[in-house]
Amino acid sequence: MPKFSDASLAKVKEIIARYPEGRHKSALLPVLHMAQAEFGGWLSTETMDYVASVIGIQPIEVYEVASFYTMFELQPTGQYVLQVCHTGPCCLVGADKIIAHLESKLGIKVGDTTSDGLFTLKTVECLASCGTAPVMQLGRRYVENLTEAKLDEMIESIRGNKS
Amino acid sequence: MSRKILLEHADVPGIDTFPIYRQHGGYDSVEKAVKMDPMAIVEEVKTSGLRGRGGAGFSTGIKWSFLDRKSNNPRYLVCNADEGEPGTFKDRYFMEKLPHLLVEGLIVSSFALGTHTAYVYVRGEFFWIIEALEVAIAEAKAAGFLGKNILGSGFDLEIYVHPGAGAYICGEESALLESLEGKKGYPRIKPPFPAISGLFGCPTVINNVETIAAVPWIIVNGGPAYAAIGIGRSTGTKLISASGNIKKPGVYEIDMGITVEEFVMSDEFCGGLLEGRTLKAIIAGGSSVPILPAHLAFKTAAGEPRLMTYESLFDGGFASGTMMGSGGFIVLDNTACIVRNTWNFSRFYHHESCGQCSPCREGTGWLEKVLHRLEHGEGKMHDIDLLVSISKKIEGHTICALGDAAAWPVVSAVLHFREEFESHVKNRGCL
Amino acid sequence: MKLIIDGIEIEVEPGTTLLEASRRIDPKTAPPAMCYYTGLKDSGGKCRTCLVKIAQSSPNNPRPAVRLVPACRTLAEDGMIVQNNTSQEVLDARKDVVELLLINHPLDCPICDQAGECDLQDLAFKHGVSTTNYEEERRRYPVQDIGPLIKLHMNRCILCFRCVYVADQLTDGRCHGVLNRGDASEISTYIEKAVDNDFSGNMIDVCPVGALTDKTYRFKNRVWFSRPVLAHRECDKCCGQTVVWLKGNEVIRVTARKNEVAEVISFICNTCRFEKKSLADWEVEGPAHVSRESVISQNHYERNTIIPSLGSSDV
Ligand SMILES: Cc1cc2nc3c(=O)[nH]c(=O)nc-3n(C[C@H](O)[C@H](O)[C@H](O)COP(=O)(O)O)c2cc1C
Ligand code: SF4
Ligand code: SF4
Ligand code: SF4
Ligand code: FES
Repeated sequence: MPKFSDASLAKVKEIIARYPEGRHKSALLPVLHMAQAEFGGWLSTETMDYVASVIGIQPIEVYEVASFYTMFELQPTGQYVLQVCHTGPCCLVGADKIIAHLESKLGIKVGDTTSDGLFTLKTVECLASCGTAPVMQLGRRYVENLTEAKLDEMIESIRGNKS
Repeated sequence: MSRKILLEHADVPGIDTFPIYRQHGGYDSVEKAVKMDPMAIVEEVKTSGLRGRGGAGFSTGIKWSFLDRKSNNPRYLVCNADEGEPGTFKDRYFMEKLPHLLVEGLIVSSFALGTHTAYVYVRGEFFWIIEALEVAIAEAKAAGFLGKNILGSGFDLEIYVHPGAGAYICGEESALLESLEGKKGYPRIKPPFPAISGLFGCPTVINNVETIAAVPWIIVNGGPAYAAIGIGRSTGTKLISASGNIKKPGVYEIDMGITVEEFVMSDEFCGGLLEGRTLKAIIAGGSSVPILPAHLAFKTAAGEPRLMTYESLFDGGFASGTMMGSGGFIVLDNTACIVRNTWNFSRFYHHESCGQCSPCREGTGWLEKVLHRLEHGEGKMHDIDLLVSISKKIEGHTICALGDAAAWPVVSAVLHFREEFESHVKNRGCL
Repeated sequence: MKLIIDGIEIEVEPGTTLLEASRRIDPKTAPPAMCYYTGLKDSGGKCRTCLVKIAQSSPNNPRPAVRLVPACRTLAEDGMIVQNNTSQEVLDARKDVVELLLINHPLDCPICDQAGECDLQDLAFKHGVSTTNYEEERRRYPVQDIGPLIKLHMNRCILCFRCVYVADQLTDGRCHGVLNRGDASEISTYIEKAVDNDFSGNMIDVCPVGALTDKTYRFKNRVWFSRPVLAHRECDKCCGQTVVWLKGNEVIRVTARKNEVAEVISFICNTCRFEKKSLADWEVEGPAHVSRESVISQNHYERNTIIPSLGSSDV
């Protein structure tokens, strides 16, 4: 059974207090973000049930929301999730090629995780970074103006740190 | 040199910190506003001619005057920072550079509207912006510009940042409110409009980041000064996100009324096309607006120079015009494939449909499948008209404008680039 | 206040929807409603089959507009002029919406449990939608048991959300809902969980299609071969007033009573619905009148099968 640290529980309380009395459900998105970060990068049924109990809503309300929003992972992912934008403006300047390159470099298809569990490759819709395209989200930041060389270097350095 | 209202201090080192921001005149508008009659601020915004920068271009002053002030419920101001329209990245750029200007705008707007709580709904992917805004809010609070009894005026205000979690539809204002209430981002059926029954069922004003950020300048310099910039009903300056096949992609603040040609070709803005390329099309207001072929980009159907204004971009309606939208300006040159781009956008709308109403839920998927076939060489001639017919089944029949937004780019692409679609059928894909 | 619908003037109280007003003029000509349900708060607005045209807003409306609106969620205004069946635009829009509702729908009326009492089947029949240009593969889901009493055929679901509102408003603690989004939306409990609550069975009655079915329904025959009777019993949970469906003297199922627009008049409990399967449990009042002008009475469901124009093996 997952359980937030005391500091996180205090944070949850502070978040709930941002909304009027009786509107604690408003805290759901921010608390799910916290839960995903704290409990292994994805939302298991146990995690979602726990979030439901912490906020005081029905589990189905959490499942509905978690499955609606794309940032919530309902399956375990690799340690690094590469989320490459594949919407129009990025594709005008080479996002398709970047994705193909990543597939061959990592030896996986979009949606899959490498066998060493290091990388998951995903495509996402417009990240609001069309002026510095191609772009991907990596954890809590963006990597912009992607080139094959830049990605190779990044992947090698992550692999290097692990071995 | 173009005039800068929003971005004047964008490149000052440290402008994202309170002391430096304050040194450059930051929060002056709050000092002025709290001594004014709130309704006078609303009037000033009306006079300025400011129109919503989120996409629809509705008069901000009029929207504010619709707010139900007689209700016994609390009122709310909600800032739409969910920026998700493909081709649009100005709010992100702005908040990275000038978080305090947004906070300042929120304070003045809240004072005008009599709201004591404001929420900023920021798209969830922008982790660093959420943090920066929270820091800016804390700094402003520490300096007495937020919290209880702001500058001794008796006015109280709290601002909270609320993260989204990956759903373009939450940019639609009523879906945003649902999301802020911890639900799926299902747009609401209107009426009632948010001004009467919005967040938590209370009267609510929702404005885009850029709209709110324009308010401090209007209060300091006066509505007429703002209205003096621009042409006709397109007043003030506008942030344009420029992307695609141009030399200098980026965010530019333009005076409303410069020509499209100047915007695309001059070194001050997009810097023109890449060497050896020719212009094929522009998408002037984000992926949701009709695409314009090169011959209608710089000139209207009547041969007049096309201007960067709401009216001039729309000139000719959907037959030969487009819309200002969110100001997401995408340039396509001769290397771009219209069919591929249209398929790409239709995949986007299919992916982002909330699924609540049947025409959009079913129609967006159908559009994508037909376009996928055409792009991948499996299309038939009758598929081209089928695209238009599916679009017509969606358009005007849905709960929210996402349905229309899915239809317009397809209809306009077929209207202006039919030969490209036909050649995809004949040649079994791109040449 | 007064408004005009298809040339007929009607007086209604403030707060009346255009759908209610039309139904008051004549339930038979009123707009079809696949998602709205009178007894369920917040229902409606989603399927878009009830679109009507506001030809003229009320003179008092600050935001007047000529446009299509969902009749079920639009309030009547004084002086409004509305077009329902007299507007070609409305009829075309309705036909479009019906077609879209059907493109991913299985084509199995002849073998569907709901055939003969299906709102979608009636709707398609009435609006003459019998073909579509849709050539793509249809969405498919496995049939699921949501508990021992109810079966879910997600393939047939039109996402009207009525069952969700029933669970929200009639039961204590909803445990099924709409997961995912867009055309991946699906009714589910997420984890395999039994929907079990005293009033959960009403989800079956409000479902306009054959997506939620009664697992205790002993249908060895199609619905039109059974004989519905009005019946009641003393019940401490609900009104106890039902329709009992008989084959000979065998109770093959129990449902709530419905009015002329096929809406439940009074919701019934699961005991009455699922457990009282002997004629001795019931006091029979007399034959139930099947009022809907549907294939139940007409018995021509076969003609009403939706056929794709460009051959599909998907039957
Ligand atoms: C599908 C859809 C997506 C939208 N996305 C955004 C968005 O990301 N940001 C935004 O400010 N407005 C967006 N809008 C417009 C909002 O609904 C709303 O009009 C706007 O936030 C109002 O603010 P404004 O008057 O200041 O423009 C969107 C509208 C639709 C229909
Ligand atoms: S138009 Fe699309 S996005 Fe808007 S409510 Fe309907 S299904 Fe949802
Ligand atoms: S239209 Fe009705 S009867 Fe026919 S398959 Fe669908 S749910 Fe069953
Ligand atoms: S299962 Fe039936 S009642 Fe529930 S949403 Fe689907 S069609 Fe509607
Ligand atoms: S009944 Fe009105 S939209 Fe479904």
